[in-house]
Amino acid sequence: MFKHAQLSPMGDRAMIVRLGEGVDPQTHRSVKLLTDYLAEHPFDGLIETIPAFNSVTIEYDPLTIYQQESQRLKGREEQLQLPLEIVERRLREALGALREGQEPQSRLVRIPVCYGGEFGEDLAHVAELNGLTPEEVIAIHSGREYLVYMIGFAPGFPYLGGMDSRIAAPRRSTPRLSIPPGTVGIAGEQTGIYPIGTPGGWQLIGRSPLALFLPEQEPPTLLQAGDRIRFEPITREEYDQWRE
Amino acid sequence: MTIQVDKPGLLTLLQDAGRYGYQKYGVIVSGAMDSFAHRTANLLVGNGPAEATMEMTVIGPTLTFEEAALIAVCGSNLNPRIGSEPLPLWRPVWVPAGTTLVCGSSRQGCRSYLAVAGGFDVPAVMGSYATYLRAGIGGYAGRALRPGDRLRAGRPTRAGEFIKARIRRGAVAGAAFDTVNWSVSRELIPAYAESPEIRITEGSQYALFDEASREALGTAVYRVQPASDRMGYRLAGERLQLIEPLEMVSEPVTFGTVQVPPDGQPIVLMADRQTTGGYPKIAQVISADLPLLAQAHVGSEIRFRMVSLQEAQEKALLVGLSLQVMEKSIQMYFSQGG
Repeated sequence: MFKHAQLSPMGDRAMIVRLGEGVDPQTHRSVKLLTDYLAEHPFDGLIETIPAFNSVTIEYDPLTIYQQESQRLKGREEQLQLPLEIVERRLREALGALREGQEPQSRLVRIPVCYGGEFGEDLAHVAELNGLTPEEVIAIHSGREYLVYMIGFAPGFPYLGGMDSRIAAPRRSTPRLSIPPGTVGIAGEQTGIYPIGTPGGWQLIGRSPLALFLPEQEPPTLLQAGDRIRFEPITREEYDQWRE
Repeated sequence: MTIQVDKPGLLTLLQDAGRYGYQKYGVIVSGAMDSFAHRTANLLVGNGPAEATMEMTVIGPTLTFEEAALIAVCGSNLNPRIGSEPLPLWRPVWVPAGTTLVCGSSRQGCRSYLAVAGGFDVPAVMGSYATYLRAGIGGYAGRALRPGDRLRAGRPTRAGEFIKARIRRGAVAGAAFDTVNWSVSRELIPAYAESPEIRITEGSQYALFDEASREALGTAVYRVQPASDRMGYRLAGERLQLIEPLEMVSEPVTFGTVQVPPDGQPIVLMADRQTTGGYPKIAQVISADLPLLAQAHVGSEIRFRMVSLQEAQEKALLVGLSLQVMEKSIQMYFSQGG
């Protein structure tokens, strides 16, 4: 599963490891395993590891790697390699240490959502588009687990997989200028939750009282790649209690 | 040591070497656009590499130093003056208490960096002082400087104290400021130019662009568009086209990634880029040339030149080594004389 990993440099300070083609849980598992391995076994000069849908990108400092390697080779005959070749070797070693069938750690995070009303102005529209009642949309949306494939676009924004296509809805033709943090929406066959206030064209179905981006905390986001999440319907009163 | 902001200029931000380690959480790197000028300014006042400098853009601020301070300004020339005297760039300068530094606008280039000995005393957010405007965090209250803001400097390092002592020994009574009789060598400073040549390596999807586009990328002139900012430089020039349409899954991008959206006009991602992108990547600007691009302003004409990864990496090592040599020379020069 890791033998056909493709390594390619992204300029002189980064390397991409491609672990699959599409978006699927198996590829995601490989991404998570490599990311976790590098977090536990970082090499000198590694700046950071960024997991995505089917790739892991490594940013590194070529000077640190170069100087460390020249120190190591002092007095030896070996030819000094370019930092990118050394990084490639380190990553092949990391991939070689991963085992088929290994299961990465995964947390289940429950996210309370107050559906409809002023928080989910488009809930009725999404229901109508799909020939459902708003209650049915809520039941379908909160009735399954979603996998956080990656975090990106905004701090703490999860790219989620696993939405039921029975509640799909196209983006609004005119985006809203500002969508408050915590808003849960649907765009096409995807669902997501906005961590910070931002403009957007999603169909809004509800809002969570939880903060997804916590810059003063470590880690600074509620969700991480590899988490599974479940939306849990709450009432307006419960939403207000959470906020307190 | 306190600096008061009398006029903020067009866009004046505290920036550092970048907020690394948090891209996996969707937190952008930010940091100085011209990392060379930023780092050099810090070196000249004896600061470590993690300190923030003030990034001033196109029109600089007016600042009053309530106490005497050791400062350095590097990057493009925003015409900084004390009274009628121009402040020299790329050198450590000692300014007396009560000094007002007035910046003008750039004649060439775009961004200038002001370092103060001891750095700026602001809280680190996720280990960094970089201002992240959209999230409103880092730097000074998470935003650009405004009139009336008061910035405190930290404690100068030993190197900073040596530099200060050395300059003050040769001080002239009543001068607007004191400085040294040398500056950073021209050979070390990037070849900033009105129409820079920017070296690139092949991007992940380079081979998926048609031959005419690959040819154009290395020969045509691309002009920096008004919608360019710290997030990315939008360029206009010959259209770049894929051989056939491509559905891409979002993957990470980095400082200097050249993306091509469906309209065929390239965008070079800069310091405030998002962590991932879904457009095909035709090229990657070599890290040694990012400062040249950071100083390109709206209307600048850019030419790209394709180089090998080996050359790109050798140039990156050279920049890193020169900065190390500069740091050692400054330390030796000042500690001997101190």
